[in-house]
Amino acid sequence: MDKKLEPIVKDLQDKFNITYEEHRGEAHCFVKPEQIIEVLTLLRDKHTFALLSALTAVDYYPQNNPRFHVIYQLTSLEKIAFLQLRVPVNGENPKLPTGTGVYHTCNWRERELMDMFGIQFEGHPDPRRILMPEGTEGHPLRKDFPLGYEEPQFTFNFEEINIRKPYAKE
Amino acid sequence: MGIEQKLGNMGVVTTTLENVVTWSRTNAMWPMLFGLACCAIEMMAAQASDYDMSRFGMELMRASPRQSDLMIVAGRCSKKMGPVLRLLYDQMPEPKWVIAMGDCASCGGVFNNYAIFQGVDEVVPVDVYVAGCPPRPEALIHGVMTLYEKVKAQKVTAPATA
Repeated sequence: MDKKLEPIVKDLQDKFNITYEEHRGEAHCFVKPEQIIEVLTLLRDKHTFALLSALTAVDYYPQNNPRFHVIYQLTSLEKIAFLQLRVPVNGENPKLPTGTGVYHTCNWRERELMDMFGIQFEGHPDPRRILMPEGTEGHPLRKDFPLGYEEPQFTFNFEEINIRKPYAKE
Repeated sequence: MGIEQKLGNMGVVTTTLENVVTWSRTNAMWPMLFGLACCAIEMMAAQASDYDMSRFGMELMRASPRQSDLMIVAGRCSKKMGPVLRLLYDQMPEPKWVIAMGDCASCGGVFNNYAIFQGVDEVVPVDVYVAGCPPRPEALIHGVMTLYEKVKAQKVTAPATA
């Protein structure tokens, strides 16, 4: 582990009982969903992690409990330290408290997660889709989302696809 | 045009109205810029000095739909771009035509996914499809020539985009 991170991880372990893992030299802290806001606040205020450089998620479909890992990638510009928080979320009605009160960056990032993974953030100030147009069904980055939008059209199935393909009217 | 021989001393030439109208339509067809992706680079090349589309009456690529007759959709069209594409098409004055340039604009190309239209013919009525990824400038010019043949075959009274 990075020496700068040792006291920080120890502090987190004492206060929140988190699990620590290391993967190729990267620090991963597994945090429970109900604790994430407190952990973020502590890291920002006490441990100088002023920058939330990424907020993303991974879908571990077909595993359902937990199905998603929401990943908070934090950077401390003061200490030049990097810490990754992973929050496991269930597949049924995935939900997390919003982090917009701690990092303003969370606003659009959380909208992206809502749009792409269908993870809801409770208390989000503006819970609209951010990338896909309004009215889109489903969440494209989920593993069970169909890959192809349309079956490829070849000579043997041209007629069949031609019938159900929408065409613009004059 | 070789018209002088026919003129003789009369100063008058007889032809059909359709000939005159389609001649003027095809020889001053101003395309609208609709470069969406890499095909736009080939469209620019077709416009530039090497291939020089202005030989065929396309001196100007207009940035405004109000001044253009032809929309060249060059590149993949995303679902969010669809309403914009349709709005610009609706703003173009009649008669108007559409060329879908490249595989993506014609049928979605390699982008068979949730974000891209599988052919812009889902959004606007397309007259000519130009295949290629991206098509060379010659291919685009051939597509334009094909469109000219289509325009020349149209009757003046009929709807322009049949």
